[in-house]
Amino acid sequence: MDQLSTMNAISLANEEGKTNVETIQYIVIRLGDEQFGIDIKYIDNIVRMQNITRVPKVQDYLLGVINLRGEVIPVMSLRRKMNLADDEFTKATRIIILKLENQGNVGVIVDEVKEVVTLAVDEIDKVQHKNGESANFVSGVGKHENELISILDLGTLASEDGAQ
Amino acid sequence: MDVNQYLEIFLDETKEHLQNLNTRILELEQDAENMDTINEIFRAAHSLKGMAGTMGYKRMQNLTHDMENVFSEVRNGTIKVQPEMIDILFKCLDALEEYTDNIQNNADEGTNDNAPIIKQLNDIINSKNSGGAAPAAAPAEEKKEEKEEATSTSKWYDIALDNHQITVLEEAKKEGKKIYGINVLIQESCLLKAARAFLVFKAIEEKGEIIVSDPSAQDVEDEKFDRDFTLIVVSDANFDDIKKVISNVSEIEAVTGEDLVLEKTKNYQPGDAAPAVVAAQTSEKKAAAPAAKTEKKQAPGKPIVNRTVRVDIEKLDSLMNLVSELIIAKNSLVATSTQNESGNSSAFNEQVEYLETVTTNLHESVMKVRMVPIESVVNKFPRMIRDLAKNLDKKMELYMSGEETELDRTVVDEIGDPLMHLLRNAADHGLEASEVRVQRGKPEVGSIFLDAYQDGNNVVIEVRDDGNGIDVNAVRAKIIERNLVSEEQAQALSDKEVIDYLFHPGFSTAKKITDVSGRGVGLDVVRSKIESLSGEVEVKSKLGEGSTWTIRLPLTLAIIQSLMVIIGGEKYAISLGSIQTIEDIAPSEVKKVENKEVINLRGSVIPLIRLNEILDIESKNASDDNLIVVIVKKGDQMAGLVVDELIGQQEIVIKSLGKYIKQPKFISGATILGDGEIALILDANALM
Repeated sequence: MDQLSTMNAISLANEEGKTNVETIQYIVIRLGDEQFGIDIKYIDNIVRMQNITRVPKVQDYLLGVINLRGEVIPVMSLRRKMNLADDEFTKATRIIILKLENQGNVGVIVDEVKEVVTLAVDEIDKVQHKNGESANFVSGVGKHENELISILDLGTLASEDGAQ
Repeated sequence: MDVNQYLEIFLDETKEHLQNLNTRILELEQDAENMDTINEIFRAAHSLKGMAGTMGYKRMQNLTHDMENVFSEVRNGTIKVQPEMIDILFKCLDALEEYTDNIQNNADEGTNDNAPIIKQLNDIINSKNSGGAAPAAAPAEEKKEEKEEATSTSKWYDIALDNHQITVLEEAKKEGKKIYGINVLIQESCLLKAARAFLVFKAIEEKGEIIVSDPSAQDVEDEKFDRDFTLIVVSDANFDDIKKVISNVSEIEAVTGEDLVLEKTKNYQPGDAAPAVVAAQTSEKKAAAPAAKTEKKQAPGKPIVNRTVRVDIEKLDSLMNLVSELIIAKNSLVATSTQNESGNSSAFNEQVEYLETVTTNLHESVMKVRMVPIESVVNKFPRMIRDLAKNLDKKMELYMSGEETELDRTVVDEIGDPLMHLLRNAADHGLEASEVRVQRGKPEVGSIFLDAYQDGNNVVIEVRDDGNGIDVNAVRAKIIERNLVSEEQAQALSDKEVIDYLFHPGFSTAKKITDVSGRGVGLDVVRSKIESLSGEVEVKSKLGEGSTWTIRLPLTLAIIQSLMVIIGGEKYAISLGSIQTIEDIAPSEVKKVENKEVINLRGSVIPLIRLNEILDIESKNASDDNLIVVIVKKGDQMAGLVVDELIGQQEIVIKSLGKYIKQPKFISGATILGDGEIALILDANALM
């Protein structure tokens, strides 16, 4: 969904050629040696790694549930979902609680939360979707201080079995 | 006037009135001469008309208007209640319900004029000459009286004054103040009569003092008055001034009044009368006053309304959540206090215990707030059975008991459909045709019973009929015909197992499909609905004597007593409600039957379920250790759940796992323990 709005914003900006281009704030996270950006408006909370209660007989990327101030929140492994090497929990590991429109809250585990960046929509290049595995989770690539940030497409990411 | 803000009130009240009408007209069908019922119907119809008119729903208003006309004639005794008339009235109610549904869904009443019904209603009125007028002569008079009363311009002389009031009035007169009798009539369309009346009271109090109000100020505040109320006011101002301030309040139709002549009032006795006379007079007054009061209550009265507040269910839910939080916090306090027993003062422990009592009471109170009587659901059934009786051409009677039984609001909202299915089923499949009943020596009129009662932590609702019962062999034949199992297997099925097939989707034994049932949807819906409410449904039946369907529902859905267990190092909760016993079983006692593990417990063979296998986890216990087996029961079925360790009994708050996870069926939710950890709740019913 954020992909859509981003794209609309791009086309709008291109058509009208306005100088004050729309900007979006992203939280930059690290998974392995790649950096990803998550639109800040979908983020409810960032919490430290904590005990996860396993739920049997669910998809393997769903690690279980955690207690977030009295609410039970499902947690999934981004690495498993994106077919990366399995998580290694360190001191830097965080759970990002996303609030999704139709699926309620869900936590995703990331290796590290780095910073908040503000990107203008025209700084983000749309990604051509190939048949690659994890490419579909990325809706665009932004540049920030000589580093590349892949913008996560939460709609696809949160969909039940991901795009395969 | 912007009516949208009133739409919700309008819908609520309309539904209440319609339900009331349904019930009353049913009563009327039984007892056509009951004046109380007729009056009640007239009032409800009248209120409906007024409300629909105010909201601008013309078609609805027209229909209720004609309906009211009919009742006006009935009340006058010019028409007698006929069976055909009842039918038309019910049609009328259905049409009104349709309007209401339309309004609820589209904020518009729709375009159906219901002309045929209106015509039928008018036909009734036109046929009035044929009806006998004799028995209703008295009520007609009553009505005339009422009319006179309403138009009377000097109602204030009807007020019975007590001694004290008379003294006050006399004092005021001596001081040169004026005494007025005032009657205020509020517009028929006014929605908030009590609020208007309050404004009138306030306005008058700026100019003078209200000595007496009829109905009493309290009744006026509670809206227990029709459209007008009468006041006796003492003031320095002249009457026109007072009339002006009253008229300034909006939605007031008329203000009448005049100087009150004290000597003309009811019960008037000069203040200096001899004590004996006063005593006599007070006793007389005492006798008169209650009489006057009851009269008043009956005449313009609405039914006595409980003092209640409508609360948005969401607010209750959030309150409930807070209470749940509190219980979790309390549990963790209890946990810490027991962990380091030595370091705690006894005062601390006392306070923890006190906190425990308070939270338990708080929880109970909040649960009670969420409880509503099942009445709101079941009181539409008498009407339904009546219609079914006509449609099916069978004679039947519905007997209900325990309508006051309370259940959680969320459960009550869901229970209507399953009950309706069961009742229809009883009426259509259960009861035999009247001729057959007579042949079998049963009463011609079939009986259906709907009984509700509380049983421990459950509420039981039974639907019972004295009809034919379930023909197990017919069902068995049907199973074979449908190729659900082979003939041999079918013959081997127990009666209970056969009856269980009735709950399978698409299974119906009715020989012909009727409007009422026989399409094979129903019983499976009933079962899945009840199970989604964590309840269960059972049927017992005796061929030729009838069937009993028993629905068992938990009182609350949010907080339960549970047994905490450990399986493979993980904590799980099992609802205490389904647990029978806990057994210590030596591995040698586990036998194999058809390759399944069973134990023989005091004569009954019980299948074992190894929870660690279902939960995909390694048991921490060695294979030659004794097994800890939790025996659970679902209906007549038993099973033994093998766990690693028992922790103990605990009150837990059920939380959902969130929409994102599609948990397996045997996990009904999660709960947060005292130490902040999450434990999953196992649904023993789904494991079997």
